Amino acid sequence: MIEKTVAELSAALAAGETTSVALTQAYLDQIAAHNEVLNAYITVCADSAIAQARAADEARAAGSSAPLLGIPIAHKDLFCTAGVKTTSGSKILHNFISPYDATVVERLQAAGAVMLGKTNMDEFAMGSSNESSYYGVARNPWNLDRVPGGSSGGSAAAVAADLCAMATGTDTGGSIRQPAAFCGITGLKPSYGRVSRWGMIAYASSLDQAGPLCKTAEDAAILLNVMAGVDEKDSTSIALPPEDFTATLNNSLKGLRIGLPKQHFTSGLNPAIESAVRNAVAELEKLGAEVKEINLPNSDLAISAYYVIAPAEASANLSRFDGVRYGYRCENPVDLEDMYKRSRSEGFGEEVKRRIMIGTYALSAGFYDAYYRKAQKIRRLVKEDYARAFEDVDVIIGPTTPSPAFALNSMKDSVTMYLEDIYTIALNLAGLPGMSVPAGFVDGLPIGMQLVAKDYAEATLLNVAHQFQQVTNWHKKKPVLTTSEKTTEA
Amino acid sequence: MQYETVIGLEVHVQLSTESKLFSGSATTFGAEPNTQANIFDLALPGTLPVLNEKAVAMAVKFGLAIGAEIGKRSVFDRKNYFYPDLPKGYQVSQLDFPTVGKGSLTISLEDGSEKVIGVTRAHMEEDAGKSLHEDYQGMTGIDLNRAGTPLLEIVSEPDLRSAKEAVAYLKKLHSIIRYLDISDAIMAQGSMRCDANVSIRPVGQEEFGTRTEIKNINSFKFVEKAINYEVQRQKDVLEDGGRIVQETRLYDADKDETRSMRSKEVANDYRYFPEPDLLPIVIDDAYIEAIRATLPELPDRRAARFVSDYGLSEYDAGVLVATREMADYFETTATLSGDAKLAANWVSQDLQALLNKHSWELSDSPIQAERLATLIQRIKDNTISGKIAKTVFEAMLDDSNDVDSIIEAKGLKQVTDSGALESLVDQVIADNPDQVQQYRDGKVQVIGFLVGQCMQLSKGKANPAQVNEILRSKLS
Repeated sequence: MIEKTVAELSAALAAGETTSVALTQAYLDQIAAHNEVLNAYITVCADSAIAQARAADEARAAGSSAPLLGIPIAHKDLFCTAGVKTTSGSKILHNFISPYDATVVERLQAAGAVMLGKTNMDEFAMGSSNESSYYGVARNPWNLDRVPGGSSGGSAAAVAADLCAMATGTDTGGSIRQPAAFCGITGLKPSYGRVSRWGMIAYASSLDQAGPLCKTAEDAAILLNVMAGVDEKDSTSIALPPEDFTATLNNSLKGLRIGLPKQHFTSGLNPAIESAVRNAVAELEKLGAEVKEINLPNSDLAISAYYVIAPAEASANLSRFDGVRYGYRCENPVDLEDMYKRSRSEGFGEEVKRRIMIGTYALSAGFYDAYYRKAQKIRRLVKEDYARAFEDVDVIIGPTTPSPAFALNSMKDSVTMYLEDIYTIALNLAGLPGMSVPAGFVDGLPIGMQLVAKDYAEATLLNVAHQFQQVTNWHKKKPVLTTSEKTTEA
Repeated sequence: MQYETVIGLEVHVQLSTESKLFSGSATTFGAEPNTQANIFDLALPGTLPVLNEKAVAMAVKFGLAIGAEIGKRSVFDRKNYFYPDLPKGYQVSQLDFPTVGKGSLTISLEDGSEKVIGVTRAHMEEDAGKSLHEDYQGMTGIDLNRAGTPLLEIVSEPDLRSAKEAVAYLKKLHSIIRYLDISDAIMAQGSMRCDANVSIRPVGQEEFGTRTEIKNINSFKFVEKAINYEVQRQKDVLEDGGRIVQETRLYDADKDETRSMRSKEVANDYRYFPEPDLLPIVIDDAYIEAIRATLPELPDRRAARFVSDYGLSEYDAGVLVATREMADYFETTATLSGDAKLAANWVSQDLQALLNKHSWELSDSPIQAERLATLIQRIKDNTISGKIAKTVFEAMLDDSNDVDSIIEAKGLKQVTDSGALESLVDQVIADNPDQVQQYRDGKVQVIGFLVGQCMQLSKGKANPAQVNEILRSKLS
């Protein structure tokens, strides 16, 4: 049962084939069996999950039938959850129990989803491998020596290994799409403003966006229906007409115009990934889509601009972690400055400190124009590139990542790691919706195809991805979990 | 050498919204520490700001009152620095695109002339909390009740040339703000705060001297004292051959001096950048006109009307419009009593003296405009004399009965019965034969003494004009 999609589980619960309590217990058993190795969860909420499941079963008995009622979910550990530890993958929040729920958490809970726990992530969502988590690396279920990607690596690994039916993640530069690609699942980064950021611990406020990580595009549509919507607590969330993202999943792709950006099929791309993506595009052509090559001339500037803007915003966003009101405080501070310095030096990890320093530098007097202002100009250029491209095409398709999941501890410097996000980052700068769907395997590891659409055209993305998943089986492949072998070896 | 003083003021005004600039917490003054701080004010992770539109309306209102350009698209920025009473580690302010742009206001100088003072800008920002250094056994307490309270920072041009001008500007600003009712603007409570940029230059020199910024000035009186101290200090430094260091100085009211703050606190790089959690404020003409329609009559215009409608002197009018409450009080008294000139005298002299004596606000006064108007009417209809009216006024402080009952009960009604007055006059003539003789010998000014005797004998109740007349006829 645990390997089923959300849509299937919803039907099974509605048909009385199982109960939420049974389902929740099954996932908790799977977590108990595999989380020690995968380290996908930082916190597991077994008791409250069973209680929520029982409540869901009672609600169903009383006539409720919401699609997510009783379905177990995992939340990335940067969504604030009332009464449950929320760490953002950092030592500095090792003891932080939020007194309130993030809007995303609140909406999913109101829809009846059962929270299994909080998933592992790169510290403050800064990373592409999950290696910067204070709570240890999460592992890729397809190969335990590989990273699951990041920063939503725990959520992606949990979905891939059936440690939950669905999960939430956030994406600032690729943090939903890249781990989804590495773990062979479906991930959606909605348009900026589509989902409320209230209660989501900020990394880079103008880029962060929450979205679902699931087994199928249909599941992503079901989740997005609940997650999306304007929120008066988030001034940057956008009031859009209500939409049922499942309603257009089965639209025909006949006449769909697909653009392949030539900049995303260049020498840095693993050739096996290139041919997998081209094969996937061929499947869409068979469904009636038309394909043309397009130009995104400023693609190569996106990473540089991102690594100014995101750290700049982060340097301010992370100032509140000062040891004064909550979180980690150093032992025996001699004075205020000592408390600040040591609490932050000891509480933050290396990558976070690096980005705070980069951001602080970029905003400093005398450097602002050269870095921050210039990065904002590039951001506009990147946005214009996409706007121009979307005059001729409906969807832009390419690889999600240049290579499949890399080995743990293999990235020797941070810049090489940053280049992993070369195809995903531009969307965040432009605020556009993007998706990664499984599109094949390279060296026994799943790889992802990235779909991009215009602002607020998530329905188009989900439609294309769903149709693709109707004619392919990549999303149905399952990793063989090797926990028991490892246990016996040990 | 003769020096000229150059002053610019930065005035912070707490806007009197019910809730904070970016959160729903209350802004009441004096509440128990940290009882008005919610999860946003505490900067819990994941919380986001939501702009209080009432604060924007107040800022725009102020802008229109000083004839300023209103920013059609104003942008909030983050100003980064670490301090325990700044929970987010940055203050949200407006750097390049403030809501209120260039404007001006007019002050009256001591010689009666007027001077226009430029206002560079006024921007919105959030207040910090308070660090409490006393009563915590060597530790520091943090009170975040004030954190996030909306402030309007009003920056003047360096147009002020003396401490007196600075005070006049500040008082004018205070008056406008009170008329607009956008802030309590009480300096002692910190709802209006003033930093002064002060420099001096040799008379005739065009270039400004190096300025210092004086902080921590919390009354009108201290503004004058702090600036005067600082000007003298700068003169002394220059005359001793020294140079002025650009720095921030704290005013110490107890010692009446300014002191340098540690340079470390001054050398901050605030790393401003646009606040990504908030959208720019877009203001259209319709919004501006809607706010303009709510503007009250402002002090300058009201004073002009008092001169033209009530025939007051410009000086009296200026005194009466200083606060909206006082002007309202005067206008009610004038209308109800039917004598604006008397009303002006009573309000600006007797009432003002009463308020000063007890340190009362106008609203504390037991003598409301309606009661004072009745009192004035009784003077006009000769029920009491102007002098007796002062006694009645005193009595009205402790006696909440209506004015006529007080006059009646205390037997203060003026004696106008000519029979009674004649016997009074006869008595005085009999008692003062020497003065009577002097009068008859042609020293007519002695009549004043005799009238005075009559008044004394009547305990002030006799109608002096009648007494005068009767005396003259009896002595002729």
